[in-house]
Amino acid sequence: MNLLSVKHLSVRLEDRSVVEDLSFELAGGERLSVLGPNGAGKTVLLKALLNLLPYKGEVAWAPHVRIGYVPQKIDADTHLPLTFTDLFRAKCTTLKVSLSELDEIANNVGLTKRILQTPVGHLSGGQFQRGLIGFSLIGSPNVLLMDEPTASVDEPGEEHIYELINRLQTEHNLASIMVSHDLSFVFRYATNVLCLNRQKVCFGSPMEALSPDVLAKLYGESVGLYHHDHHDRLARNKTGAV
Amino acid sequence: MKRMSLAGDVVSHIALPGLGLAMLFGINPLVGAAAALFLGTILIWHLQKSATLTTDVAIGVIFTAALAIGTVLTPSDDLIEALFGGFQSLSAIWFVAGVAAVSVIVAFVLAFRHQLILSLFSPELAAATSVNVSRLNLYFLLVFSLTVLLGVRFLGALLVGALIIVPAAIGRQLTHTLTAFLITSSVASVLSVLLGLIISRFYPHFTVGQVRLNLALGPAIIAIATILFLLSLLRKKI
Repeated sequence: MNLLSVKHLSVRLEDRSVVEDLSFELAGGERLSVLGPNGAGKTVLLKALLNLLPYKGEVAWAPHVRIGYVPQKIDADTHLPLTFTDLFRAKCTTLKVSLSELDEIANNVGLTKRILQTPVGHLSGGQFQRGLIGFSLIGSPNVLLMDEPTASVDEPGEEHIYELINRLQTEHNLASIMVSHDLSFVFRYATNVLCLNRQKVCFGSPMEALSPDVLAKLYGESVGLYHHDHHDRLARNKTGAV
Repeated sequence: MKRMSLAGDVVSHIALPGLGLAMLFGINPLVGAAAALFLGTILIWHLQKSATLTTDVAIGVIFTAALAIGTVLTPSDDLIEALFGGFQSLSAIWFVAGVAAVSVIVAFVLAFRHQLILSLFSPELAAATSVNVSRLNLYFLLVFSLTVLLGVRFLGALLVGALIIVPAAIGRQLTHTLTAFLITSSVASVLSVLLGLIISRFYPHFTVGQVRLNLALGPAIIAIATILFLLSLLRKKI
């Protein structure tokens, strides 16, 4: 059964068309990666799916869907006297779910007591990102929407975050829609890929959908083919570096 | 929330035209201030919903316009008091109304603190956690206006915003956790008012060398709050 059905979705921001006539579906357990150059409408797409932006067209979530959201970047004031303990409790109370699952979530994402009680502005990029992923898991979601979850993490930390996300998805059978620039991640973990450049450029399994033509159309002519038949030998290529 | 503190400060200045009109027509200044604050709150709430440069400009224009109109309207004898406050004795009714207002403010903070925390951290994440951020902002501004109304007779339209902002700045300077922040800023606020009250009551005129200082209630309270803030810069966080 489909968890999400998007039909003819269009978003305009300040008289500028950002997403045009986009249709796709998300099945249970599916891991959909959204690829596209900067300004292609990826973040806007996620926000429209979360109903945070006005849009035209249809976004229909199945009734039993519970969404966890990991935003791209939070412009939090570094002086805020807020810890992830405060934030986790605030979300539990707002969603009226028990606080008892917090310990398990913290363990799952590798947040120690010390990290949980450190003000958010004093955490490293990796710790902060783990906090956000933990935050998204409160309320037992069955779909995760993630917007470049490793954007503020250094290279070795990136790998850990991807492994963490992959493990959580496998253990809890979570479907996901993830905006990512990391093609090696897309080839390793995504079941489907949606290429976006305002309009849908491709949709399908990464091996089939991401042809050299499509990548060239997305990122320009200089982009070669990235994927490799052997998963363990994938080069870590980032679209920003090509 | 940064935008909200800007909007909140503007709300406090909007009390002035209300005070001025009420004084002009000989009705209770607090009634005038309440009406102006309510209208100002609704206006600012509408404006700050659209996050554009024009909005910030509009809020800035409203702030200066409110001050100008308020200054024109307020009878000159009462202007200094309207701007900078003064000590007023309280009737029993206003005292009871004040206690009721304080109860509403405390109840709001306690009931909505979790939603406020989420919205303070990230309005977008709060909205994705089914918080109605726009409605929460309206409640916040209304409660802010109520707080302004409570202090405006003592501190005046120009200084009342400072008693809301400076103790919060002290709390932020000294604390790491939310509970410690709330307690510290409340203590700083009460301490500023008490010391300010004592100073303006018993030492209203202070001479330092050749300079004679005029410590009216509002300026005395804010001066104490500012000294506490400067001291807080020297201390380590708790």
